[in-house]
Amino acid sequence: MDDIRKKAKELLENKTVQVVIGYGKGSGEEARAIFVRDAAKTDQLIFDETCLQNLAVYILKHEVKHLGKIAIVATSSVLRSIMILASEQQLKDGDLVVLGITSDGKYIDLPNFKAIEDYLATLNVSITDKEKELLKMIDAMTMEERWAWWQNEFSKCFKCYACRSACPMCYCPKCTTDSNQPQWIPVASHQLGNMEWHLMRAMHLAGRCINCGECAKACPMDIPLNLLTYKMIDEMNANFGVTVGMKPDAVFALSTFKNEDKENFIR
Amino acid sequence: MEIEKKLLKKASLEKLFEKLKADGKKMYAPVKKDKLVNFALVDTFGEICDDYILTVKSAKSVAFPKIEKIVDYEHSKNSSKAIDIDVSNFPEVVLWGVRPCDAVGFDSLDAIFTWDYKDNIYLARLEKTSIISFSCFKSDNNCFCTSVNGNPGGTKGSDILLTKISNGDYLVEIITEKGKQIIAKAPELFEAAPTEEKDKNLTNVPIKFNVKDITENSAKFFENDLWVEQSLRCIGCGACAFVCPTCACFDIQDESAGKNGTRLRLWDSCCFSLFTMHTSGHNPREVQSQRWRQRIMHKFSYMPERLNVVGCIGCGRCSRACPVDMNISEHLINLAEEVKK
Amino acid sequence: MSEKFEPKVVAFVCNWCTYAGADLTGTSRIKYAPNVKIIRFPCTGRIDFMLLMKAFANGADGIIVSGCHPNDCHYSTGNFHARRRWMVFKSMLEFMGVDTRRIVFSWVSAAEGAKWAQLVNTSVEEFRKLGSYDAYKQVAKLNIEKEVFNG
Repeated sequence: MDDIRKKAKELLENKTVQVVIGYGKGSGEEARAIFVRDAAKTDQLIFDETCLQNLAVYILKHEVKHLGKIAIVATSSVLRSIMILASEQQLKDGDLVVLGITSDGKYIDLPNFKAIEDYLATLNVSITDKEKELLKMIDAMTMEERWAWWQNEFSKCFKCYACRSACPMCYCPKCTTDSNQPQWIPVASHQLGNMEWHLMRAMHLAGRCINCGECAKACPMDIPLNLLTYKMIDEMNANFGVTVGMKPDAVFALSTFKNEDKENFIR
Repeated sequence: MEIEKKLLKKASLEKLFEKLKADGKKMYAPVKKDKLVNFALVDTFGEICDDYILTVKSAKSVAFPKIEKIVDYEHSKNSSKAIDIDVSNFPEVVLWGVRPCDAVGFDSLDAIFTWDYKDNIYLARLEKTSIISFSCFKSDNNCFCTSVNGNPGGTKGSDILLTKISNGDYLVEIITEKGKQIIAKAPELFEAAPTEEKDKNLTNVPIKFNVKDITENSAKFFENDLWVEQSLRCIGCGACAFVCPTCACFDIQDESAGKNGTRLRLWDSCCFSLFTMHTSGHNPREVQSQRWRQRIMHKFSYMPERLNVVGCIGCGRCSRACPVDMNISEHLINLAEEVKK
Repeated sequence: MSEKFEPKVVAFVCNWCTYAGADLTGTSRIKYAPNVKIIRFPCTGRIDFMLLMKAFANGADGIIVSGCHPNDCHYSTGNFHARRRWMVFKSMLEFMGVDTRRIVFSWVSAAEGAKWAQLVNTSVEEFRKLGSYDAYKQVAKLNIEKEVFNG
């Protein structure tokens, strides 16, 4: 952690960046995002097991961009989000300084996208056994049980859109759910509106979601949205052999195709 | 009306519940479901959770739900017809297990829903609701009711307030006419008031700031870098507004099938970027810091000024629900300090 | 004596193959189940998954989605892209407990008038056996009092 603080201080002092996005002490048990703009305050940066938020959500935020060039403390989730943002032409190499950090808090020097790509290649990012177990739990249900189970979960939703806001991949200036011409999704948070919203969100993130789990963590009603993300990751892997967010120039799995793609479900 | 005091034996609490239930009232009480405690309709006393600081969502849904029908409409070839909602059909509800802060929250909602137009749907739902509150014996760091004129044993807004005393029985305070009617359903359950002091059974919520510092000086900090500073990490969701007992902003949407349809009132939040978006594409609150300022100013300046009520009751729900730790009391302390500079 | 249940079926088809194929069915005077309402799209690539959900929400008991065979797309690759999205969409729906037996995907070319008739007939027969899609219709119906008190 001292390396990160030192590096952040250096970057701010020599004016390479104007703001360092990192973790600081929160009001409760979990750390919060902080935006350090003063080299003297870099000792506020911390890193421990309570630093969970995917900070990449702030990279494209208007006011943060407005502060100037960004350096960001980057866990593997942040790095993978950056890869997606780069693949989707939202970021160019050199737009921001990446302060890589391992899960045990060691600084990794990642000067460019290539270095990030190489580093990510050394990590195991497939879904964990625990996540697979949860998927199996759903898969083991009958169709009717699954329907009832999800309807119960979705009935808790009141459409605060914390799931959308917390997601680094949900950067559209105007979301499909906010479109009223045509009105794709009912604005009301009734059963249909909730289900359509969550289905639409999942579909629009399929092939882009990196499974950071922010949506589920953000949900004030504890809807297990992470199950949807595990499912998406699983699908991408099983159908297209794709692991999302590993390269800065990846082709989005749903905007390409192969002649030999599975079609046993088509009559 | 002067507050009347009685004693309710521990064992009689369930009997009171049964009496009210038998009277045909819908019992709406805190229930623990999948780890979260929230208000829900209950059939039996056993379903009610009694070990909670606050429900995740506030009690406001009973009168101001996330979806409310305002009017049905029908179009035919030559005419259009609006069919008003029959408010007399609303069910009689007992809101059981409310915390004193939530009860005060209805004061803020009342102020908003009656200040010029009298919102008959809200008023009808509330009219049919009896509020049975329970004093707080537990609190956490997010609680700050005492900083906004509240009290963990406050009677304002409730019809009946129950405070658990040391032997497990309840001190009953009958606050309103509605409260009296409830007691009248089962007078045999109530005994002479205990002598034990109420206050020693309440949780201690320390005062964190002087609310007048903020409400009386808001003009001083309308233009202030503080708003940007505080809201840099705000991601612009509506979690704070949707769990808030006093947030009353709503959106109107029509859901139609063919020529007929329903007009709905839905919760909305000033933290959404679309909240102020004009048709032209211009957005007067362009960035999150302006929306954050609006949220605080509305509760601590505009409402006290125009409606004579502070729009925050200090429950701290927004702080608990916030995905990015926007702690409201911390921000209010900052504001109060800013004024003193 | 209740009336015999007739499933409501919506077909989303592409302009260049299946729509023309369905036209051929008609001009060839092949009779097929009248339950289906055909909606024409420029290409299967244009058939957004939300349209299918709208069909269910508005009371469809079954859905047919059909377009050009692989390599026959008027726009070269629209159907290939659609195929990938259907895969993911179908899995997501299954995961959420939506009855995917009620969505039939198919390739029907402009020359396959007979295949279209057969596709519609077999699909309608299957949907009829499945009955009305009440589970979805229930969710699509607004129940205000339930929403007010769902905690």
